[in-house]
Amino acid sequence: MAGFNKLVTTYAEALAGLEDDMTLIAGGFGLCGIPENLIKEIKRKGTKGLTVISNNCGTDEYGLGILLKDRQIKKMIASYVGENALFEAQLMNGELEVDLTPQGTLAEKMRAGGAGIPAFYTATGYGTLVGEGKEVREFNGRHYILEEALQGDFSIAKAWKADPHGNLVFRKTARNFNPMAITAGKIAVVEVEELVGEGELDPDQIHLPGIYVNRLIVGEFEKNIEQRTVRSAP
Amino acid sequence: MSLTREQIAQRVAQEFRDGYYVNLGIGIPTLAANYIPAGIDVMLQSENGILGMGPFPLDKDVDADLINAGKQTVTLAEGASIFSSADSFAMIRGGHVDLTVLGAFEVDCQGNIASYMIPGKLIKGMGGAMDLVAGADNIIVTMTHASKYGDSKLLSACTLPLTGKGCIKRVLTDLALLDIEDGKFILRERAPGVSVEEIAKLTAGELVIPEHVPEMSV
Repeated sequence: MAGFNKLVTTYAEALAGLEDDMTLIAGGFGLCGIPENLIKEIKRKGTKGLTVISNNCGTDEYGLGILLKDRQIKKMIASYVGENALFEAQLMNGELEVDLTPQGTLAEKMRAGGAGIPAFYTATGYGTLVGEGKEVREFNGRHYILEEALQGDFSIAKAWKADPHGNLVFRKTARNFNPMAITAGKIAVVEVEELVGEGELDPDQIHLPGIYVNRLIVGEFEKNIEQRTVRSAP
Repeated sequence: MSLTREQIAQRVAQEFRDGYYVNLGIGIPTLAANYIPAGIDVMLQSENGILGMGPFPLDKDVDADLINAGKQTVTLAEGASIFSSADSFAMIRGGHVDLTVLGAFEVDCQGNIASYMIPGKLIKGMGGAMDLVAGADNIIVTMTHASKYGDSKLLSACTLPLTGKGCIKRVLTDLALLDIEDGKFILRERAPGVSVEEIAKLTAGELVIPEHVPEMSV
């Protein structure tokens, strides 16, 4: 077990080696399933010049958005940034570089990055700004553009349960980009709500095998909700 | 009278067929879930990783780990499944979703759609819209026919950055239901009480008006 024990006990240890100007891939969709405490640790560390790859950039007050305040992010690769006024402001005045990437293409770029596939063809974005400057090929009468895989020096992600091997189980839509983000990071750091003992997860029910996980830490989560929508009882 | 948001949603829902997997975009399309015709079962796909999305939760059942693509808290329907974003877009890109409904700023008679960006004014990002329009065969775009200044949004060529090229075949506005064929809009139905002339006046792209244009039933 010893060599396979991924558990670390402090957030400083979890992100040891993360330096200025590195590329970071983060799991999460909006504020759902984000590695809250790892993001806070990056803010505390003050790492700068980061290229961050994530579907969204949090809100002004939470998630990756907190890294915008101290100008820690140099470039953002994301599909949707609409919740974040600071993001839009930094983008408009040229402080922040942004590569808007279609959501499915972004997920596949991470998946490919973790699976050793350097690039793939997709019809998504053909004939749009996204396709500009990219190789176009025709297959069965349809046009596709060549999209390259993404990898990170680090990836940060959040799961529900883990065993010490780093075998992971996600909960509901907090899964989202997390599995692909983990596979595409050279050093993958995952924070979880609950650590269970070796052998306590059913191997058939593991969502992501521990081989992709380098460091594991147990955290407490605020789980903020962006749009609390309810119906009234009948 | 032009259709209300609810009436547009109601007309969209008439396109649902029993056994359809449907992806509804943010805004008016989402409202269509409230008008699923009796006797019809559809499974709603939410691109952040749900097949079988249910209604909003009761206050006591709100779960931060269960949201839709609009970041709203939701529930799961019977028979639901959950998956990663990569799996979600594999089913979208792979053409497994039967119907996609989404909004737009502009559509043109070449089937082009613009919905994600107004240069210099609004940069929100395309989210999953580019993947949805590229992956689906059966797409309905819902939008207002003209801007509040009376400028047509059904153009001969989109002026804003495109979300997809040549992929839209059907548009439902507050005034009309139109198909796009061979570089032309074809007027299929008009909103109750709206004249063909009114629609023609607010359609900038080439419009074909068949002899009989029925009123929608909403």
